[in-house]
Amino acid sequence: MRISTSIPSSEITPEKFYFNRRAFLAGSLGAAASLLPLSAAASSLDYKPGPYGTDEAWSTFADITTYNNFYEFGTGKADPSNNSANFKPTPWTISVDGLVSKPTTFDLDDLMALELEERVYRMRCVEAWSMVIPWIGFPLSRILDKVEPLGSAKYVAFETVVRPEEIPGQRGRLFQTLDWPYVEGLRLDEACHPLTILATGLYGRTLLNQNGAPVRLVVPWKYGFKGIKSIVRITLVENQPETTWRNMAPQEYGFFANVNPAVDHPRWSQATEIRIGEGGFFGAARRETLPFNGYGDEVASLYDGMDLRSFY
Amino acid sequence: MQPRWWGPASIWLVYGVGFIPAIWYFWLGASGQLPGNAVKIFEHLLGVWALRFLLATLAVTPLRDLAGINLLRFRRALGLLAFWYVLMHFATYMLLDQQLNLPEIGKDIAKRPFITIGMACLVFLLPLALTSNNWAIRRLGPRWRSLHKLAYLIVLGGALHYTMAVKVVTAEPFLYFTLAILLVAYRPLRSPILNWKKDRRLKTASTTSRQ
Ligand code: HEM
Repeated sequence: MRISTSIPSSEITPEKFYFNRRAFLAGSLGAAASLLPLSAAASSLDYKPGPYGTDEAWSTFADITTYNNFYEFGTGKADPSNNSANFKPTPWTISVDGLVSKPTTFDLDDLMALELEERVYRMRCVEAWSMVIPWIGFPLSRILDKVEPLGSAKYVAFETVVRPEEIPGQRGRLFQTLDWPYVEGLRLDEACHPLTILATGLYGRTLLNQNGAPVRLVVPWKYGFKGIKSIVRITLVENQPETTWRNMAPQEYGFFANVNPAVDHPRWSQATEIRIGEGGFFGAARRETLPFNGYGDEVASLYDGMDLRSFY
Repeated sequence: MQPRWWGPASIWLVYGVGFIPAIWYFWLGASGQLPGNAVKIFEHLLGVWALRFLLATLAVTPLRDLAGINLLRFRRALGLLAFWYVLMHFATYMLLDQQLNLPEIGKDIAKRPFITIGMACLVFLLPLALTSNNWAIRRLGPRWRSLHKLAYLIVLGGALHYTMAVKVVTAEPFLYFTLAILLVAYRPLRSPILNWKKDRRLKTASTTSRQ
């Protein structure tokens, strides 16, 4: 895997068509996609190119915004884009609390003022598919530094918003798919790693609701479900926090969830992946999945001495 | 009164209509009109239609007993459609999804319970499909009925395979699973229900005749 940190993002992909409405619709099933609030995508962001580029082609804006797992809005891949129109990502605050000396509540303006940068990352879903996504965001460590974690803080716990009025999947019906709020967690050293970002946008614009607006976690060496969306609370804690998918099926989804081709999900192999939008129906080429999703040089040392088969 | 040709023609119509979902989605997939993961969508769709046809096949008898709707002449077509959809689902898995990676396929079938169950269902479906013709019915006599009781196991296996394949059990797999259980549970209840209906008919008949 080549991880080139030197390529300026402008050279990575000809992004000529990404807001072309026809190209956008061509990739999706007509009627449903045409209802997408494109205008909501419109606010563009100020950002500079960031490190950790990749020369792989970006996934299309259409794929990134219509092929999503965000169970709060439904279990189908198109559900989040179809069912999230009533969700209001502004105004918004994130409270950062727990074992810190300066608990702080940040609003969106505070976050946008943190010098946004573009990070083009591979995203590997636990379901054996992947994308390449040009996120806009900032290292999580920037806000952790501001709140000054105490020595006793060992983990960081994250929590998604709960608003059943706006989020159809959270309305108590017979089939509650998961327990809300969705919760996730990282070890403090993982949270402080420079690859770990909070994203407020992608493709140069603010996040759409289906991608976790207004702010979400991105940890590119872990399976996508670690990237908790629409975050309202970040808490520094001493013990390993609960995480949603692990609560749901601990034998299938671990706390660490590092991308690892050598450890299968019980129901499918993790050795290969399908790149969404690549190839097609016949011979959609399977790619080899890389340890740590190709970020091993940067992060493997975080797990020295750990048996990644038992800590999956 | 329906014309004589309508009987066979209506059965061919069921086959014709039954293959439309597969053909339509194959066309969408092949022409790049399925968004995201086209192969998975196609694989899922074939599996769901296989299950629908299995359920429809087993619904023929209770519909006739309880609602007086007689679809018996379509039952073979529905069963064979189920078989073809499972076969297409399997072929999609082998060719488009795993791209004939035989070691990986072997590992999947041996190691992953939901795929083992799916495979068992396909294997059980083979003798049923091969004996779904008049010649085999005549040749096998009473053994034909015993053999085709495998359909109950297959529909339960298929529904279980579906609930195990998904990450969380939503309304749809739950519904299919419930229907499969109801349709199979109806079988042991059938003769008591039919006897009760017959008794009631005889009783009403005798009271009317005494008046
Ligand atoms: C009676 C026979 C069968 C029925 C009714 C059936 C039905 C289904 C259904 C409804 C699904 C959709 C699950 C989803 O939503 O993802 C599914 C998934 C799947 N089936 Fe089957 N199936 C059968 C046999 C088989 C066989 C023989 C195989 C291969 C050996 C197989 C392999 C798979 C696989 C790999 C998936 C998961 C696809 C994914 O990753 O989403 N099935 N099946």
